Amino acid sequence: MFSYYLRLAGRSLLATPAMTSLMVATIALGIGIFMAAVTIYYLMGNDPIPHKSDVLYAVQLDSWDPAQPYREDLPEQAPWELTYRDAMALRESDIPLRHAAMHKVSLVIQPAREDLKPFQTEARLTDGDFFGLFDIPFIYGSAWTREADETGQRLVVISASTNDQLFGDADSTGRILRINDEDFTVVGVTEDWSPVPKFYDVNNGAFDESEQIFIPSGVGRELELFSSGNTNCWKDEDINSFEEFLGSECAWWQYWVELPTQAQRDAYQAFVDAYVGEQKSLGRFGRPLNNRITPVHEWLEVRQVVRDDNKVLIGIAFLFLVVCLFNIVGLMLSKFLGKAPQIGIRRALGASRGAVFRQQLMEVGTLGAAGGVAGLGLAWLALKGIQVLFPGFEHLARLDPTLVGIAIASSVLTTIAAGLYPAWRVCRVPPGAYLRL
Amino acid sequence: MEFGPIWRAALRNKTGPVLMALQIALTLAVIVNAVFIITQRIDNITRPTGMDVENIVTVQSFGFGDDFSLAQSVDEDIAALQAIPGVVAVTSSQHVPLSGSGWGTQLKTSTEAGAAEVSGAQYFVNADALDALGVQLESGRAFTPEDVDFPEHYGVPISQIIVTRAYLDALFPDGGATAGATLYDNLGNPITVIGVLEQMHGAWVGWDELENVLLAPRVMPAKSIYYIVRAEPGQRDRVMPQVEETLLATNDRRVVKSLRTHSEIKDSSYMGDRGMAVLLAVVVGLMVVVTGVGIVGLASFAVRQRIKQIGTRRAVGARRRDIVRYFLVENFMTTTVGVGLGAVLTLAVNYWMVVSFELERLDPLYVPAGILALWLLGILAVAGPAKKAASISPAIATRTV
Repeated sequence: MFSYYLRLAGRSLLATPAMTSLMVATIALGIGIFMAAVTIYYLMGNDPIPHKSDVLYAVQLDSWDPAQPYREDLPEQAPWELTYRDAMALRESDIPLRHAAMHKVSLVIQPAREDLKPFQTEARLTDGDFFGLFDIPFIYGSAWTREADETGQRLVVISASTNDQLFGDADSTGRILRINDEDFTVVGVTEDWSPVPKFYDVNNGAFDESEQIFIPSGVGRELELFSSGNTNCWKDEDINSFEEFLGSECAWWQYWVELPTQAQRDAYQAFVDAYVGEQKSLGRFGRPLNNRITPVHEWLEVRQVVRDDNKVLIGIAFLFLVVCLFNIVGLMLSKFLGKAPQIGIRRALGASRGAVFRQQLMEVGTLGAAGGVAGLGLAWLALKGIQVLFPGFEHLARLDPTLVGIAIASSVLTTIAAGLYPAWRVCRVPPGAYLRL
Repeated sequence: MEFGPIWRAALRNKTGPVLMALQIALTLAVIVNAVFIITQRIDNITRPTGMDVENIVTVQSFGFGDDFSLAQSVDEDIAALQAIPGVVAVTSSQHVPLSGSGWGTQLKTSTEAGAAEVSGAQYFVNADALDALGVQLESGRAFTPEDVDFPEHYGVPISQIIVTRAYLDALFPDGGATAGATLYDNLGNPITVIGVLEQMHGAWVGWDELENVLLAPRVMPAKSIYYIVRAEPGQRDRVMPQVEETLLATNDRRVVKSLRTHSEIKDSSYMGDRGMAVLLAVVVGLMVVVTGVGIVGLASFAVRQRIKQIGTRRAVGARRRDIVRYFLVENFMTTTVGVGLGAVLTLAVNYWMVVSFELERLDPLYVPAGILALWLLGILAVAGPAKKAASISPAIATRTV
C-alpha cells in the first residue's frame, strides 16, 4: 500500500508542476532559513569538551571593590578572573585532580630557520596540568613538571602545526626555540587543539582560535609578562614595578580545576572559602563571601557566549517558518480541493475516508521530504553567505550531520502538520457531488 | 460599496481568509520589528566617529630583546613615517580607536570621598595625535613634543590631557566646563585638561559611553606600540605598503604586524551590527515575497472556487470592474483584520525582545508604516487573480458544474 500511495502522490505532484514547485520552494525557504539560524546557535552553544565538561570547573573569587560589584548589571557575580596572588595560593590545594592557572600572553618567536622572519603570536602562559586537565594529546614528549612552573624554567610546548612550521614535522623535543630573545627548550608537541567555543578563556572572543604555544606560568614572573587578554583593576594602588603589579588587586588570571566527584567539589568549595576567610582576616576581600566553582556548560551560559542577536535571529527565523507553513496550508487547501472531483470518484468506488486521508498525507510527506532536501541546499547557501558576512567565524557556519537529519525530519513533520487540515477537509468531500455529470 | 455582503460571504467560507489574516499578522510583526532593528544598526554603523577614518592606516610594532628601547625607537619611527610622501601626520598610540581593545580609566572632579567617577577610553599618544587622528579641537590647545613623556613604569601619574566634549559634560553635568578644568585620578593626583575635542569615538563600539575619550601625551614602557598614520585624501593605499617597509628599514629588532586601514578595523568592530542588518534584511525580503505569493495563491484558489458564482453575477449585470472591486475589497478586509491582529503581535514581539534581550522599545511610527506597506502588498498581490476573475465569461453561468 505504501508504494502505491507513494506512486499516487508522485503522479499528483507532477500533474501540477508549478504548484508543486511553489510549495517545495516555500517549505525549503522556511526550513533553510530556520536551519541556518539553528546551526549557528547550536555550534555556538556546543559542548566544547563533552567527555569532561561536567568535571571541569572555572574558579572565581570575589576579590572586587567592597563599594560596588564587579558588574553592575550582574550584581551576584564575582570577577571573571583572579589576581596573581590568589591564583598562586589556590595552586597549593591538592584536592583537585588537576588544576591550572593561565592567561594569554603575546610573544615574539624567532625561528631558527633562515627563511622565517620573527613573528608575534598569542601564546598561553599556564601550568603543566593544563594539558591533562583539557585532555590534549601529545605527539612527542610531554608536559612540563610542577617544578618548572614554580621556578619558571624556559620550557615550551608547541602544537603540531606550529611544529610543522618551525621544525618541519620532526620530533622537536629537546630543540631550542628562541622566544622574546630567550632560549626555550621544546619539551612536547601536542595535537592541534582548538575547542569551540574557547571555553577556558572567553574574555577576548569566545570563538577565537586557541593558542598554539604554551609556556610555564613561572616564566611570566621572570620575564615580566603582562596578560595580552583582560586585566581589570579596581583598587587605588600605586603600582611602580612588575613585582607590585603581581601583589596588586588587579584580576587577570583564569583558573580551572578538575573535580571528578561531588565530595571533591564540596571539599574544594570549603577549601576556597577557608582561603578567602583567612584573607579577610588580613584585610582583603571586603565583599560578602562569593566564591564560585562553575562547570563548563554553566560557565558558557554565565558568560553569555551565545549572543542575544542569535536568539533574536532564531525567533525571527521561526516566525518566518510559521508564515511559510500558513502559506503551505493555503496552497495545499487549494490544491487538494482542486482534486475534489477525482477524490469524489475514488470515494464512490469504495475508498474509505481513512484511505483518502492517508493518501493525501503521503503526498504531503513527499512534499515535506523534497522541501527538506531543497531546504538543506538553501541552508548551506545561507551559511556560505554568513561566512562572508562574519569573517573569522567560518567554523560556526557549517552544516553538521545531526542537523542535516533534524532538518529533513522537521521539514517532513511540519509539512505533515500543515497538511492535516487540508487532507481532512478533502476527505470529507461528499462523493455524490462529483458524480453528476 | 458592498462591504456587508462581502464580509458575510467571507464568513461563510472562513478558512482562506483566516489563513491569510494570520499570515499577514505574523508578517507585520516580523517585518516591523526587523526593520526597526535594521535601522538602529545602520544608525550605529554610520554615526560620525569624529576621526578621519577613511584616510588612516594603523600598524603594530613589537620590539624584542633587552637592547630594544621603545622610547628611542618611537621618535625615530615617527620621523621616518612622517617623511613618507603623502603622509599628513603620525602618532604613536597604545591602542587603536574603534578596535575593540583599549584602556579604560576613571577620573573625577574632586578628591572628596564619594565624588562620582566617570569612565572613558584613554589613549597614550604622541605630539601630533590630533592631526594624525583627524579630530577637531573645540577649545584649548593641542599637544607639543615637550608634553610627551616616557615613564619607566605604568604607575607614573599623568598631568595633562585632552578630552572629548562628551567626557567633560559627563564629568560636569551642569555644563560649561572648558579647557583649563582640573580632574583627579583615583589616587588624587590632579590632571589639567589642556584641550577639548568636539567629538571622538573610543575603543568599544558596543559601549554606551563610546564618546568618552581621553588623550594623554605619553609613550608607555611596553615593547609593543601602534602607529596611527593619516594620509592625504586618496593617498592611503599608496602610503600603506611604505609604512611597513619604512618601519622594517628603521629597526629590525622588532616584528611589524597588523598593517590595516582604519576603515577595515572599524568594519570588523561593526561586523555584528552589519551582519545582523543584512541577515534581517534578507529575511524581510523573503517574507514579503512568500506572503505576496501566498496571497496570490489563496486569491487564485478563491477565484477558481467561485467561477460559477462570478459567471452568474456577470450574467445578471455585474461589470468587469465590479468583479475586480469585489476581490480588492475582500482582500482589503482580510488584510485589515490581519494588520489589526498584527499590530498587537508586533508590540508583543517587541516586548519579548525588550524584556529578554534589552533591545530598544519600538518607535510606534513603524507600525502604521508597516500596515500601509502590507495593504499595498495585498492590493498588488490580489490584482492579478482579480483581473483573471473579471475575464470569466458570463456564459459559464449557463453550464452546470
